[in-house]
Amino acid sequence: MKALAVESVWKYYGDYPALRDIAFDVEAGQCVALLGRNGAGKTTLLRILGGLSRPTRGGVRLFEKEHSDRSSRALTGIIGHGIAVYDELSAYENLKLFAELYALDNPHQAAMEWLERTALDRVKDSLVREFSRGMRQRLAVARAFLHQPKLLLLDEPFTSLDDRAIALLQGLLRDSLQAGGTVIMSTHQLREAMELASHVVLLNRGRMAHCGERTPEMLADTGWLYRNYGEAG
Amino acid sequence: MRFLRQMFTIVAKDLRSELRTKEAVNASLSFALVILLLFSFAFDPTSDMTREISGGLLWLVFAFAGVLVLNRSFARELNNDCLDALISSPVPGPALFLGKAIANYILLLGIECVCLPIFGIFYNIHWTGQLAWLALVMLLGTWGMTVVGTVFSALTVNMRLRELMLPMLVYPIMIPCLMASMQLTTPLLADQPITGDLLAWVRMLIGFDIIFTALAVTLIDTVLVG
Repeated sequence: MKALAVESVWKYYGDYPALRDIAFDVEAGQCVALLGRNGAGKTTLLRILGGLSRPTRGGVRLFEKEHSDRSSRALTGIIGHGIAVYDELSAYENLKLFAELYALDNPHQAAMEWLERTALDRVKDSLVREFSRGMRQRLAVARAFLHQPKLLLLDEPFTSLDDRAIALLQGLLRDSLQAGGTVIMSTHQLREAMELASHVVLLNRGRMAHCGERTPEMLADTGWLYRNYGEAG
Repeated sequence: MRFLRQMFTIVAKDLRSELRTKEAVNASLSFALVILLLFSFAFDPTSDMTREISGGLLWLVFAFAGVLVLNRSFARELNNDCLDALISSPVPGPALFLGKAIANYILLLGIECVCLPIFGIFYNIHWTGQLAWLALVMLLGTWGMTVVGTVFSALTVNMRLRELMLPMLVYPIMIPCLMASMQLTTPLLADQPITGDLLAWVRMLIGFDIIFTALAVTLIDTVLVG
């Protein structure tokens, strides 16, 4: 089953084409590393995939449904540049809020379960603004995984995470992939990305420079992909 | 049913956030009280003219103070990119919009309920004579302001000068709603009931509320995602 179909997506900011004719499919269970230099269009593409921005041309289908279909959003989890939790609410209130917005059967139970999994259960009633950076990051991870999404969209997920949060996220990603979930992550940390990825999409100045399986060469030499497709494309 | 649950979850979240920080309420209430005080120095509170323009004065205060609350409505979602989390969730745009609008409505009504007695004291006006009608006008007028303000708050949320842009955009659109509210409030504060021609202003307020609520609900997805 196709988890995601990107159909000839173009995105213009004014006259500037941030994405040009991007098209690829992702099967359920795949982990795609979305790579490219700064300004290549990775975040723009992820925002379109997450429904946060509309393509100028082309379209996106999630699990064979039109992207505008809100029910497909319940299957998607996003970790972006911000932690996307409210500073003025407690950890428990944040997770319960999102559990209710995702219409989970038992929001209280879901919130408590994820507070425990992220080792935040002891501080569940403390306001997020009182949390350390690492605790906030773990809460952000809990929020993204709370509704057990089948498709995870991660924008630079390992950037600025502390060791504990990286270990937590890597573990959750592996669990998700083993359970048949799909992951698309943009990152500059090639080593971590190549270890997890089954496929690679390389963007170069808004164009798709390469799309295919992650090969042993890419894992052995993280610069190989850029040398062969990135600079020339 | 799910729509209503998600909508009221947004209402509860916004009210809880605001009551914890009191950012918008404190600013709006202080601003309203300062304007009331300054206007009371500008006019002689015993004169008939003051009573004639009392409706206008009151609604100008509500409109100026209200924009401070409305401005924060979507702006508070920018912290930590929370707006992205809401937009990418399965919550329909109209549920998100109505949730925010209802939370703003409750906050604005609360501020108005504090301002009204103070207005009565400063201007020596007995505002309780037609309380039921006055309450109706406040409910209708405030909903009109809230709907327009909330949708434009979403529209201007990513603008750099949003504190300036929001009033510039919303006041011209609010004119019919403010005009009707002012026209109705002035006689009500003079203890005159709403009859005859004045009922046309009530119909106008109801029409404004219905039209702008429908427009906002229809357009909110486009406003949020672009």
